[in-house]
Amino acid sequence: MNIRNLISYLLLILFLGVIQVLFLKNLALFGIAFVFIYLLGILILPVSVKTVPLLLIAFALGFFLDVFYETIGMHTAAATFLAFTRSIWLRAISPTGGYVDTEEPSLNEMGLVWFLSYSFPLVFAYSMVFFVADQWGTSGFLGVLNKSFFSSIFTCLLAILVQLLFFKRRRGIR
Amino acid sequence: MLRILQFLYRIRAFILFVFLEVLAIWMIVSNNSPQGAAFFNSSSVLIGSVLKKQADVIQFFSLAEANEALTSENAEILQQLRLLQIKPDSISIKLDSALAATYQFKGGRVIGNSLRFSQNYLTLNKGSKHGIKPGMGIFNPEGVVGRVKSVSENYSVAFSLLNTGLLVSSKIKSSDVFGSVQWDGKSASEARLLFVPRHVKAVEGDTVVTSGFNAVFPEGILIGVISKISPDEKNPNYLSLTVKLSTDFSKVNYVYLVENTLFTELDSLHRQSEISNEY
Repeated sequence: MNIRNLISYLLLILFLGVIQVLFLKNLALFGIAFVFIYLLGILILPVSVKTVPLLLIAFALGFFLDVFYETIGMHTAAATFLAFTRSIWLRAISPTGGYVDTEEPSLNEMGLVWFLSYSFPLVFAYSMVFFVADQWGTSGFLGVLNKSFFSSIFTCLLAILVQLLFFKRRRGIR
Repeated sequence: MLRILQFLYRIRAFILFVFLEVLAIWMIVSNNSPQGAAFFNSSSVLIGSVLKKQADVIQFFSLAEANEALTSENAEILQQLRLLQIKPDSISIKLDSALAATYQFKGGRVIGNSLRFSQNYLTLNKGSKHGIKPGMGIFNPEGVVGRVKSVSENYSVAFSLLNTGLLVSSKIKSSDVFGSVQWDGKSASEARLLFVPRHVKAVEGDTVVTSGFNAVFPEGILIGVISKISPDEKNPNYLSLTVKLSTDFSKVNYVYLVENTLFTELDSLHRQSEISNEY
């Protein structure tokens, strides 16, 4: 990854974070389906990014969100968890022959089915951690499951939409 | 020794992960403890100003509605003022300090709000510069909104009533039976009235107002109406009352803040006599 790529990824992450804070903060379909579109920024970082920098990026991003959401620590914990499980999950579902070094796990590169099976469990894990932290000791586990499930569906749908609409197919450099 | 170091180096990602998670959990816990000082929250200048810009744009669309509400409230207050004005008389009585104003009111605007989590907070555009202090009560013409948690120079962060950590001392208006209103984290339009004994005859539709016992809110500010009554399953001595909140939290935008000027005196008296005022 060269420096130009790095900057464009950072810009993308920042942009998604700002969109999340300004427009999607109070959005919840039927009161249960939240959307965490900023996770797309962590999800589509290239496969070659090592776990340690990934954890740090996710931590910083989660903290940035937390400050605006007034939920100090919750997004941070969940995003860090997502970053850690991402590398494990990537290894578990690697296609035969492994990843090409510069490949990014995005919709355009890998196809719809693969992207869904990649992103849905990760976003679900994220939502679980987030809502467990949010509702700790206040309500039942069923509510947490309910919210996590629908939030991850909503987030994945929006992530796919964003990639279809705004990402160029097969670009060399973003 | 080298082996150990090599092993530690190999699992460095995991160690970092555990470290960061513990840090995050520590942040959650320290931010939620009542006395925990929160440095990073939306009362900081940078974040407050971003939230304020956002609120400026969004609230522009509800200006007409807000204006109308303020006008009708003004009219009501004028009416009450007319009733209070006493005609000049030949005798004048000097009022003593017992009748001095115990509550002071200030106005503010909500620039950040959430209602979908179980710990919801509000951000207000007034801070210590404008005389806002932690612990002040917040309400609007519809009813109780919350309580100030922490302040910075220009902004302040408050517990919303939709925060499972906030208890508001309240009473049923018709029978004067007191209890505490607490949100259960479910619907944004309903809360629970706790600690009402079983023998109390409560009726659906009874009004619930603040009791004035914990000296945060003056007595008689509307909270909501009782919408459901059932015996408490966990504790058979109490009733389980559901209160339909009168405040529409999705549309809170102009609010009043109230401060009890005698709060410190009351609080030190409570401390001196070693009782904790839980209501």
